[in-house]
Formats: sequence, structure tokens, C-alpha cells
Amino acid sequence: MSEEQIKNLEAQFEARIARDEKIEAKDWMPEKYRQTHIRQMSQHAHSEIVGMLPEGNWITRAPSLRRKVALLAKVQDEAGHGLYLYSACETLGISRDELYDQLHSGKAKYSSIFNYPTVTWADMGAIGWLVDGAAIINQVPLCNTSYGPYARAMVRVCKEESFHQRQGYEIMIKLANGTPEQKEMAQDALNRWWWPSLMMLGPTDAESIHTEQSMKWKLKRKSNDELRQQFIDQTVPQADLIGLTIPDPDLKWNEEKGSYDFGEINWDEFWQVVKGHGPCNKERMNARVGAWERGEWVRDAAMAYAEKQQQKKEKQVV
Amino acid sequence: MKDNLYKYILGIADNSLILGQRMGSLTGHGPSLETDIACTNISLDLFGQVRSYYQYAAKIAGDGRTEDDIAMLRKEREYVNVLLVEQPNTDFAYTMARQFLFDVYHLLLLNELQKSKDLTLSAIASKSIKEVSYHQRFSSDWIKRLGDGTDLSHQKMQDAIDALWAYTDELFHQTQADKVMVKEGVGVDVTKLKETYYKQVNEVLEEATLNIPESKYFQKGGKEGIHTEHMGYLLSDLQYMQRTYPNMEW
Repeated sequence: MSEEQIKNLEAQFEARIARDEKIEAKDWMPEKYRQTHIRQMSQHAHSEIVGMLPEGNWITRAPSLRRKVALLAKVQDEAGHGLYLYSACETLGISRDELYDQLHSGKAKYSSIFNYPTVTWADMGAIGWLVDGAAIINQVPLCNTSYGPYARAMVRVCKEESFHQRQGYEIMIKLANGTPEQKEMAQDALNRWWWPSLMMLGPTDAESIHTEQSMKWKLKRKSNDELRQQFIDQTVPQADLIGLTIPDPDLKWNEEKGSYDFGEINWDEFWQVVKGHGPCNKERMNARVGAWERGEWVRDAAMAYAEKQQQKKEKQVV
Repeated sequence: MKDNLYKYILGIADNSLILGQRMGSLTGHGPSLETDIACTNISLDLFGQVRSYYQYAAKIAGDGRTEDDIAMLRKEREYVNVLLVEQPNTDFAYTMARQFLFDVYHLLLLNELQKSKDLTLSAIASKSIKEVSYHQRFSSDWIKRLGDGTDLSHQKMQDAIDALWAYTDELFHQTQADKVMVKEGVGVDVTKLKETYYKQVNEVLEEATLNIPESKYFQKGGKEGIHTEHMGYLLSDLQYMQRTYPNMEW
């Protein structure tokens, strides 16, 4: 294809996106579009899978049967999200094994928030309320993103995430209205998860390298800072409602701009965790790589068995 | 009657509780995403059943205890699950072998329990059968895949079956409460399930090219509350919150 032909295709492609048409797997797309989507979708899928670990940590210790069942269902949903996000990603011509390789080798990233430890039961509430809350803010706009398979996967993901968010908040309500010990547990969890949740919405606009292109392709509709502000404005009243205190002495309602002012985010901590030096980066990767390596003989057996069955079938036909 | 019924319910429910706990701890650590989802789902089904049983047991006991008190605040000697279900998640072969050896029994039991004179138990059984049929299909498939997969998987599955075989016979033992409940038309006579159980198990093992263990030495004790050394650790996790923070709502 000549350079001019490619330019022509690109122009048509951008025009389709501008008209809000969905791009489908078999449609022509610029290589950069493909790569950007593989990066973002797989990062999202990896986050779901690694995100199973901090919550999975409390399945055996959930305080009641009702909570245990809800937690199991939630973690199972996350595995399901991972599964269809990987599948959506595979439509772009990359295999799940390759995507796993990228995760296991450290080439691909996942949401840094999952590198923090879950040390009390209240963390199950805080993760649902704050982490899923921030995730929804990030993800709802993706239901209208330009790549069809991703947009459709996100519709389902968002429905379930909003259920998780309510479930997490409900855990917090119960604790906040409980005994002094329970309330303290809830406050402690909020103290530990608040700042990482704000960081989860990404670096400030000045430092975000992907924003402009992503906006054009509708992978992003608002900037990180706008999303962060939305999250804070939405969450502060929820904390007030149940009598918990946001751990930010600079947090103040700004009448003029109609939103909250908030304190300085510790970006050094953010970059430390992103670069692999958070409290649980190593544990999370060891868990994922370990599960994969321990499972190799199982996957090999399943393949060998399927081949044998296929051969049997072919013999019968002959 | 009430006391025996209570004990009878626990005899069924504790198996699901302990196996559910074992399967739940695998979440996020399985050999593939698909098996992770399935194992979590099995755990979820079992805990769902457990809740129905314990809610009923709490009603029968009528002493103010809740489903959670029954699930999480008994002493180890008061749990009456079979030894099979408390065996550890040694590897995926053990996990699937344990599941399979229990599922075949579980499905046979529920089929009969549907006919119970006790309408609550019969209703729980009817509701659970669909789930447990799926469990059995899933675990049987894995017995075949691993048994007739590679040399390595064959060996691992054979080891798992050989090791867990000793715990199968206990499934067909009757406690005093079981006997009374059978007489009342409430309970299932598990001794009558034994032949069909081994027939069904052996069929799958044969298809999986596995040897049927010949050992006649079996272990028992769980139904009387005498457990293996694994049980205490499992209960430490299960009971952690209820023990550390007593008398609170979650």
C-alpha cells in the first residue's frame, strides 16, 4: 500500500470514530490504534486477575457466611471480567498466553492499587467502596469507547462493578454503625485506602503521556484530574454519611468552584509502587507466576487429552 | 427427635462447609482462569447450600444460635464432616480427586434426600441437585483429563486417588442420629448407596485409565468429630473473625 493510500485509510478511520461508529475486529485500523488497545485492555484484564488476590486473601476468613458468599461471588466476577477482557483483547490478534507472558515478565502493568495489602476485614469494604468506586468512574465512559468488543465488554463489567461498589459501601456502613472496635477498623481501612484510591485515577494531567491520543479514540473522555475530582466529590459525602473521616486535613468544600479542594498527593509513593516497589508487588507477581507454573502440567494434560479424544473421533470416522 | 434431626442436618451440612472452605482458598491460584472460575463457583454453591442447612438447624435448635454461630463457633470435636473433605489442596490432582470422590456420593445422597419426609431437607436437596450434578461433571472430566492426559498427570492423579481412597469408606458409615433419622423416614440410608458409589467411581477411573485402588484399609472418625491434623488450621481461618471479635454483626 502506498503512503497516500494509508493516509486515506487513516482519514476514513478517524472520520468513522468522529461519527461515533464502532470499530470492529476485522476492520482496518492503524497499527498504533491496535497496540494502544492491546495495552489498555490487557492492562485492564491483568488488573482484574491480580485484583482477585488481595480480596481472595479474606475468603477463608470472612466473618459470616453471608459475607463469605458475597465475597466469593465478587472475586468470581473479577475472574469473569478478566476472561472477557482477555477475549476482547484477543480479537486484536494477540493470544492470552502472550498476554500472560507480558504480565509475568513485568512488561505489562496492572492497577497499582492491588499492590497494597489487605490486613483487616474492613479492607474488603474499603476496596469495594473506594477502589471499585474509582474504577467505575474510570470505566463508565469506556462503555462508549470506539472499539466495539471493548465497549461491549465494559457494559457488562460496569454493571457488576457498581454492584460491588454498593456491596463494599454496605460493609463499611455495617462497621461504622457497629461496636467501637468495628468503627475503628473501618476508619483505619479508609485511612490506608484513601490516598492509593486517588492515585488509582492516574498521574496528573501534566504527567500523563497517553491522554491526548486516547481522548481522540474515545478511550478516555475526561482527564485524570477531572476524574479524580469527580471521585472525591462523590465519595466525601458518603464518608460523612456514615461518620467516617477522610484522612486529608486540607479537604475543604470550595463554594466557588462547587467541588472539594484536597491535599497534595504523594506522587513519589505512586511512582515507587508503579515501578515495582510497593508493599506487595513481589507477592502479587509471585502468586500469579506461581499459579501459572504450578498449573503447567495441568494445562499440558488437558491439551494431550483433547488431542487423544480428537484422534479417537477421527479413527471412528475412518 | 429434634436433637437427632439437628445432628443429622450437621452431618450433611458440615461436609459442604469444609469442602467449600477448601475450594474457596484456591480462588486466584488455579492452573487457568477457567478452572479458577469453576472452583470458586463450586465453593459458592456449597456455601449457599450450607446456609440453607444451618438456617434450618438453627431453627430446630431453637436456642438463639444463628447460622454463623453454628458454622463458626463450634469446637473442632463438634464438627462432623467426613475426613475426605478436610484433606488439603496438595495439588490440582488432589483437589479434583477429593471433589470427585465427594461429588459422586453427594449426588447419590441428594437424590435420595429429595424423598425425605422432612420437607425442608427435601427442598434443599432438590435445589442443590442441579449444582452438584455440575460439580460431578466438572470433577469427572478432570479425572479423565488428568488420568488420560500426559504421563506426569496420570501419575499425579493416580497418587491422589490412591491417597484419598482411604477416606471413601467413611461416607457410608452411619451415626446413631443417622440411624434414627432413617427410621423416621427423614434420613438417607447411606449404606445402600455404597455399591452404586463404587460402581460409578470405578467407571470413571477406568475411563481415565487409572487403577482402582485395592487397599482395604480405610480411615474414619470425622463423623464422630475426630479429625485429621489438617482440620484445626482450617478452622483457625474459618473462625478467626468470630473468635477475635465475638458478638458482633457484620
